[in-house]
Amino acid sequence: MATATLEEHEVAHHFDDLEQEFESHRLGMWLFIASEIMMFGGLIVGGLLLLILHPSAFAEARPHLDWRLGALNTFFLLTGGFTMARAAAFAQKGEQGKVQLHLVLSLLFGAGFLVVKTIEYKAKFHHGLLPGDAFHGEGFTSLHAATFFGYYFVSTGLHALHVIIGMGIMVWCLLVSRKVHFTRAYYTPVEFAGMYWALVDLVWVFLFPLLYLVG
Amino acid sequence: MDTTKSLWLPEKASTFANNIDWAFYLYYWISVAFFVVIVFLIALFVIRYKRRRPDQLASAQITHNTVMETVWTAIPLLIVMFLFVIGMKGYWNMRVAPANAMQVDVIGRKWSWSFEYPQEGISNDTLVVPIHQPVRLRMTSMDVIHSFSIPAFRTKADVIPGRYNTLWFEATETGTFQVFCTQYCGTNHSYMWTAVKVMNPDDYQAWVAVASDPSRGKTPAQFGAILYTKKGCAACHSVDGTPGIGPTWKGIWGSSTALEGGRSVTVDSVYVVKSMMDPAADVVKGFQPIMPPFQGVLSDKEVNGLAAYIQSLK
Amino acid sequence: MIAHVHPENINYLKAKPGLINWFVTVDHKRISMMFLISTLFFFILGGVYAMLFRLQLWSPGSHGFISADTYNHFFTMHGVIMVFLVVVPGIPSALGNFVLPLQLGAKDLALPKINLTSLYLYWIGGILAFVSLIAGHADSGWTFYAPYSISKNPAVLWMLTAAFFLGFSSILTGLNFIVTIHKMRAPGMTWFRMPLFIWALYATAIMQIFATPVLAITLLLLLIENFFHIGIFDPAMGGDPVLMQHFFWFYSHPAVYIIVVPAFGICSELIATFSKKEIFGYKFVAFSSIGITLIGFLVWGHHMFVSGQSEIANTIFSFLTFFTAIPSAIKVFNWTATLYRGSIDLRTPMLYGLQILFNFTIGGLTGIILSILSVDIHLHDTYFVVSHFHYVAMGTTMIAFVGGVHYWWPKMTGKMYNEVWGRTAAILVFFGFQITFFAQLIMGSQGSPRRYYHYLPEFQIYHRISTVGVFFLAAGLFMALINLLASLRKSAPDAPQNPWGARTLEWEVAPTPPLVFNFEETPIVTHGPYEYATEKA
Repeated sequence: MATATLEEHEVAHHFDDLEQEFESHRLGMWLFIASEIMMFGGLIVGGLLLLILHPSAFAEARPHLDWRLGALNTFFLLTGGFTMARAAAFAQKGEQGKVQLHLVLSLLFGAGFLVVKTIEYKAKFHHGLLPGDAFHGEGFTSLHAATFFGYYFVSTGLHALHVIIGMGIMVWCLLVSRKVHFTRAYYTPVEFAGMYWALVDLVWVFLFPLLYLVG
Repeated sequence: MDTTKSLWLPEKASTFANNIDWAFYLYYWISVAFFVVIVFLIALFVIRYKRRRPDQLASAQITHNTVMETVWTAIPLLIVMFLFVIGMKGYWNMRVAPANAMQVDVIGRKWSWSFEYPQEGISNDTLVVPIHQPVRLRMTSMDVIHSFSIPAFRTKADVIPGRYNTLWFEATETGTFQVFCTQYCGTNHSYMWTAVKVMNPDDYQAWVAVASDPSRGKTPAQFGAILYTKKGCAACHSVDGTPGIGPTWKGIWGSSTALEGGRSVTVDSVYVVKSMMDPAADVVKGFQPIMPPFQGVLSDKEVNGLAAYIQSLK
Repeated sequence: MIAHVHPENINYLKAKPGLINWFVTVDHKRISMMFLISTLFFFILGGVYAMLFRLQLWSPGSHGFISADTYNHFFTMHGVIMVFLVVVPGIPSALGNFVLPLQLGAKDLALPKINLTSLYLYWIGGILAFVSLIAGHADSGWTFYAPYSISKNPAVLWMLTAAFFLGFSSILTGLNFIVTIHKMRAPGMTWFRMPLFIWALYATAIMQIFATPVLAITLLLLLIENFFHIGIFDPAMGGDPVLMQHFFWFYSHPAVYIIVVPAFGICSELIATFSKKEIFGYKFVAFSSIGITLIGFLVWGHHMFVSGQSEIANTIFSFLTFFTAIPSAIKVFNWTATLYRGSIDLRTPMLYGLQILFNFTIGGLTGIILSILSVDIHLHDTYFVVSHFHYVAMGTTMIAFVGGVHYWWPKMTGKMYNEVWGRTAAILVFFGFQITFFAQLIMGSQGSPRRYYHYLPEFQIYHRISTVGVFFLAAGLFMALINLLASLRKSAPDAPQNPWGARTLEWEVAPTPPLVFNFEETPIVTHGPYEYATEKA
């Protein structure tokens, strides 16, 4: 892409300079990530408590999750995290084309995650392993198996929503990359997309063992 | 009931009351002392140092006083640690029932209490206990969270569906003492009252003898009349035609009654029994489906008695 | 480079006129004013609910005024509106938004569009609260305890959703404040030259960011439990209702500090300005807000002493709770000591400032007794607790809010209100408040439960005193409001730049009212916020 057609980013009026703006945006994003961590943290602690309160339900329900698909999803997310980090590195060097390539790669990995998730959900629906009232799975002796699947759908659903949002931020970043020149001093959109994806990865790193592996 | 109250606290009727009241008043006077000193100083400073000229400045800019700051940090710290220990000790005493405590089961449901004495085979709507005898309550709820509070005994505990919470007490006065529900539970939360009746041992034994067979010497309808209050039906159903949360029982036996959903039914023993066992199935038109089921709660004899009683209400 | 038009740096009230320009503004001062109008509206609404149910409580039970169900709905609405739409957002969004950049010497908050987003989320929350009113009668109490809140009542569900949006509004405000404080201080504005209001808002912002998300997940799980019955909180499905309380109070305890800590900040400003004195122990007061914040995350279980949670847990929560008392007590001592040898000016804002001190002393003292485990068993869920939290949330926070409005009114509007009416209203508010809430302490320790439509006759005298008090309180607040609105008339006097003689940047340097970018040019800070001279002997 010809850099001649790219504009330089313009600093907002209330900031003294680009550095102040960049640092402010970065700090703001960190704080937002912190709030998301607290929200998912609460959810994960809740899941841990359910596990402690109903170990037999978890033990019975878990085999219905395919840990290999979970592992594949872990691979997709973490690799997407790696490509986002590369994208940020290239943005600092002003290599606009490479930034876009790595954004697209990250998007593809994200899409892969969602495809696997869809396959998993469809399998659950097929076997009646639905949340709450809709649960009609067979062959469970534990009374709380439905709660496990309810929790499974809430936690993976909320997480998947964040994967979609993360991919949305990547698309926005791609659109910005077609107009604005990234430099060492300004690459905020790429950094945002990377940080958000790191959050998505972090949450999955806790969810995956909690749901698929422990016990 | 309220002749021995202090300004702040109700009458004392349990072994806990002295300890808690002592802690309360100790803290009360500490608070009064701090409050009086602070308010006095504020008033003093505001009057003494009132600005007299519009451009008048402060006469000194004092920003530190290490001695004072150390003292007024250390003293409150010591006070609160002392209060913590008092509270902890008092609380632990309230949590560990003596080995000789007699057990009563408490069931809360919207909006009444029932007390079960498993050994004596008694089910009652007030808590009757002997004086000077530790009593341990094991409590659960049939629907939402309630809370069992006896202010005169200075104790309470939440009553939660799906689990048992316990509390114990030893009454030190005979008499009747108010019990409130203290966890918001819906429409009649503030009417969900009962009482603790503390009796001398002889009176208590006499009560047990009668209560363990409330049907003794009674016709089924008379027995039903007793159950009407004991089992909490009175909380929602009147017997004199007054509208309530549930349909009045006066005159319903044998009548044709419209139900929610368009059908109608003749109120006979089949319908009445079904209403007790599975109340949400055929709700009378114009009423909410909120009656808790009494399946497994009422014995056949009790069901019979209630049906006979309803039949008797013309 | 595409040239952007730099907005003209004129009086912010006169720039870009027209309602639409206000609704899409990114100017922190305009956003603050819109928050102010909104929170005042909801305060009045919440207050009307209170007055209605206090009228009901003139006599016990059903006496032809309102039904028990309606009463339960009214106290729920009062609680939800006051907590989520008034006292949590109140001081930070309606006053902090205006004052923080000015006090720091900045042109705006760091993230102006996020600020506008926060306002929009607040309005969405407010609209959803109205949808709840149309949908039915929410009657779960503002605490939404399960399983009572797991019902088919759509009004409750809309309320849960409203609170969800309001929580995000709060998070974004906190986030914005922290970034601004870190990155946008004017040259020479070191951390220890920042006004104590800023320190208070900083501590509050930490809680907004770290605690509120837990409310979000709690509300989400409650909604999901209502729709899908997954069995996390509902015991009928094998869930644990006490788990819901843990989730709820993990946010809601820090929330009460979100509610009160900004008021501490305002108290410092008022006491310092109207004594022309340096705050005694400035650093301690600054750090105590941070200390309260940190400890405040560890004590949520003291709301659950009778829930059946383990004795060990209760003991630990009681122990930790006492530690919140120390920084709070020291603030009170430091404020009192600040008055010593000051030049005390009893204009309207100071009358509110002194009330904050008085009310918080009682509020704090009544809180400490609740940490005493054995005594709390008796006092829990009684009117004693109701009185305690009104002494802090209303007597401290709302009084600080009203005092802050009176303090910064000239700066925000460029007009001065009438002093005589202002002081009269403040005095009426003070006495009205004490009459309303002191009686409730006695009724509570006598055992009278809260959220009660019907009550024992022996409590009637306290209820009646309280009901009379609330009308005096309302009259005082109404008088204050009319007085403030009357100052907006053309014929009312214009405010001088610094009517109080304060030394903080918003008064000393910024014009009255401020410019669009606050200052003519970036101020250079050469002194502390409360550096006053002394009288020559």
